[in-house]
Amino acid sequence: MTDTGEGYGDALTRDFWAAAREERLVVQRCASCGHHQFYPRPFCLECEDGEVGWVDAAGTGRVYSLTTVHLKVTPDLEPPYIVALVELDEGPRLLTRLVDEDGSPLVDGVAIGDRVSVAWHDRGEDPPLPIFRRA
Amino acid sequence: MFGFVRIGRPATPRPRCALSIEFARPVYIAGVAETALGEVHDQTELSMVALAAREALREAGLRIRDVDGVFVNYMGEQGSVQVGEYLGLEPRYADSSDLGGAAFEAFVHHAMLAVAAGRCEVALIAYASRQRSKRARRVAASGSGTSVYGPDPFHLTEQFMSPYGAPSPIGAFALMAARHMHEYGTTREQLAEVAVAASHWAALNPKAWRQEPLTAEDVLGSRPISDPLHRHDCCLVTDGGGVVVVTHRDRARDARSTPIRVLGAGEGHSYWHVSEARDITRTAGYQAAADAFGMAGVTARDVDVLEPYDAFTINVIMHLEELGFCGPGEGGAFVEGGALRPGGALPSLTSGGGLSYCHPGALGVLLLIEAVRQLRGEAGPRQVPDARIAVAHGVGGISVRSTVVLGVD
Repeated sequence: MTDTGEGYGDALTRDFWAAAREERLVVQRCASCGHHQFYPRPFCLECEDGEVGWVDAAGTGRVYSLTTVHLKVTPDLEPPYIVALVELDEGPRLLTRLVDEDGSPLVDGVAIGDRVSVAWHDRGEDPPLPIFRRA
Repeated sequence: MFGFVRIGRPATPRPRCALSIEFARPVYIAGVAETALGEVHDQTELSMVALAAREALREAGLRIRDVDGVFVNYMGEQGSVQVGEYLGLEPRYADSSDLGGAAFEAFVHHAMLAVAAGRCEVALIAYASRQRSKRARRVAASGSGTSVYGPDPFHLTEQFMSPYGAPSPIGAFALMAARHMHEYGTTREQLAEVAVAASHWAALNPKAWRQEPLTAEDVLGSRPISDPLHRHDCCLVTDGGGVVVVTHRDRARDARSTPIRVLGAGEGHSYWHVSEARDITRTAGYQAAADAFGMAGVTARDVDVLEPYDAFTINVIMHLEELGFCGPGEGGAFVEGGALRPGGALPSLTSGGGLSYCHPGALGVLLLIEAVRQLRGEAGPRQVPDARIAVAHGVGGISVRSTVVLGVD
């Protein structure tokens, strides 16, 4: 379901979520200046020019900051768990969650600056959510 | 140009970019009043605002019917229209800009310019909330995913933040704190000192929610909420609000208490989603402070009282850096040794702040009220001696900052 009834997401994010269904993490890249951006905009914010298109990200990056959440925030997430900002090697940062190698929630043993790589959290009918584990 | 001399202060150079409009018609806060605070069961938000408006306007030597500018946030859709109607007003200038809890310092900025330019004469800045007695404060997942049409499952926030379960707003401030600790070596003990300092001031304020001072051990040992922030690193959840009256000197001539000059104001914001912060340890507070101090022609060194927005302890550490009391990353070291406490080098949070006095969801209006009372010498047991310049520094959402510099003529 979408705001217009076609696929998951909005008019600009639909392709991101379609790629997520294939477990591909994509970001926008400007054909003119090479700047990567996420979330998507209709043009490049860096040069305000050029065509932006989706490209596959390497799926790797570093932990920029993190917090262990001890509160029950959503019904489907049992605390504690780690919410992090991950800076992709291409530049954009994502808010995300960190998990162990086997996909179970991490509560410690990870620090700012650590290398991480993308994993996918299954959400049933909705497209999987990009999360990260230690690289 | 009106002369403006601060008694007992060295002359400071006029800022190069001073707004000539401001000096053409000096602007004052001529009346302030808190609403009922704590838990309020016998009033509505609108009646709280009305009672505080009448009190603040009486203090200013004015009446409700004199108000021709209305500045409110969080008072419902078209808030200035709703508050205006409730008070029987037909304002010719209005502002319901949603800048979160920082709206109120920004409203002083906006009202100052409007009054100086003659677009209104008497500006009413107002806020009230019953979030505590209504049990309205819930932990939300990563901020609002609401569009102009109502809840939107494909709002960017709902797509890219809410599913990760970061509590809002504390999750974003916890991420700020963790990065600040990583880059600058800021410690949990330094964060805790902010809460301890606030509680020492609150013990001197009979209106404060918390009357018993906290110890560092109390803060460090309180339950973790979103690391590194624990329960006592977080503000209270109370009812409350207040009213500030901004006008020019001629209209304040019948004021019953000393009108306090608005020397300068500034504001800024830089992101809604925390993932969009370029540098999470630097905020628009640098911009807001530079504009406010620039207009006022003073610097952090001239400030006698600071009212920082202490929604979380990390806020205050970063405000000290934004305002130039210390360099970037030095806020933690600054607070060590009790600099913010009663008798400290920089008396701050003098009401007890959002951490120990009152936090009605949006704190900004109460910071202004406390700053005015300190400058008038009305603060009783918590009075800072010889206070002549005070700063209120607001936080809204995550990234909004707004600064007001106030002074005694």
